[in-house]
Amino acid sequence: MINQLLSYSQTTNLAALEVGKHFYWQVGNFEIHGQVLIVSWIVIGVLVIASAIATSNIQRIPVGFQNFMEYGLEFVQGIAKDQIGEKEYRPWVPFVGSLFLFIFVSNWLGALVPWKLIELPEGELAAPTSDINTTVALALLVSAAYFYAGLSRKGLGYFSKYVQASPFLLPLWVLEDFTKPLSLSFRLFGNILADELVVGVLVLLVPLIVPLPVMILGLFTSGIQALIFSTLAASYIGEAIEGHGEEEHEHH
Amino acid sequence: MDPLVAAASVIAASISIGLAAIGPGIGQGNAAGQALEGIARQPEAEGKIRGTLLLSLAFMEALTIYGLVVALVLLFANPFAA
Repeated sequence: MINQLLSYSQTTNLAALEVGKHFYWQVGNFEIHGQVLIVSWIVIGVLVIASAIATSNIQRIPVGFQNFMEYGLEFVQGIAKDQIGEKEYRPWVPFVGSLFLFIFVSNWLGALVPWKLIELPEGELAAPTSDINTTVALALLVSAAYFYAGLSRKGLGYFSKYVQASPFLLPLWVLEDFTKPLSLSFRLFGNILADELVVGVLVLLVPLIVPLPVMILGLFTSGIQALIFSTLAASYIGEAIEGHGEEEHEHH
Repeated sequence: MDPLVAAASVIAASISIGLAAIGPGIGQGNAAGQALEGIARQPEAEGKIRGTLLLSLAFMEALTIYGLVVALVLLFANPFAA
C-alpha cells in the first residue's frame, strides 16, 4: 500500500521506491533474486579487475594504483590484527578482507551508480547488501568461520567455555550464538536499506541538490558499516581462538 | 488488506521506530559528550577517541535500525496482510 502511495506521486520512475519487489529467476525449484546476483557479480568483477590491474606490473616501490591497493590491504590487515592478535591473524586476513571489500564496494556501488536508469521487468538494481538474503548469508559465513576457528584450535574443548563460568549460563551462551548472526545481518541490511529509503524519499520530495548531504552521509555510514561488519567478524574469530582465561580486552 | 490491519500496522511501525530512537539517542549523546570531554582534556588523543567514538556510535545506531527493520517489515512485507 505504501508502494502505491510512493510511486503514485511519481512522474518519472527515477525515484520510485520499491521494497520487497524482486526480479525473480527460476533455477530448478528455487526462486532467485536476480537483481542481487547481477549487482553482486558486478561488485566481484570490479574487485577482481582492480586486483588484477594492481598486481599486473608489480614494482618494488609501489606507485599509483598499486600503492592504493597496498594501502587497502594494509587496512584490512589492520582490522584483523587489531581483533585477532599479532600471532594468529595471518590466516584470517583473506576472510576478513574479502568481507570488508565486498561489503564496502557493494555499498558504495549501490549508492554511487545510477542503477535506476537500467530497467528491469520487476524490482530494481541496488546494493546487494540491501537484500536481507545477502546479509544473512554473510553473517552465517561469519558464524561458520568462528566455529571452525574455535573447533580447529581447541577441538571439542571449545564447548567447555559454554559451562566454564557456570552451567546456568549455558542457555545464554547458546543464545549468543544465534544473536550474533542475527544482529550482524540486521545491522547491515537495515543501515543500507535505510540509506536507500531516506535518499529515495528525499528525491521524491525534492529531486535536486537537497538529497546530496544525505547521500554523502549515506556513503559515510556505508563505509562504517563495512568496517563494523568486518571488525565484528574478526573479533568473534579472535574470541573463539583466544583462551577464555587470559582474555585480553584490546580496545581498538 | 483489511483496513484495520493496515491502520494498526502503520501506527505500530511509527511507534516502533519512534521508541527505538529514544534509547540510542540518549546513549549517543552520552558517548559524544564523554568523547568531547576526553578530547578537551587530552587533545593529542583526538584521533584515537574519534575512531572509537564512531565505532560505538554505529553500534548504538544499530538498535534504532532494528526498530526500523520491524517498521519496514510491517509496511512492506506485512505477514498479516493475507
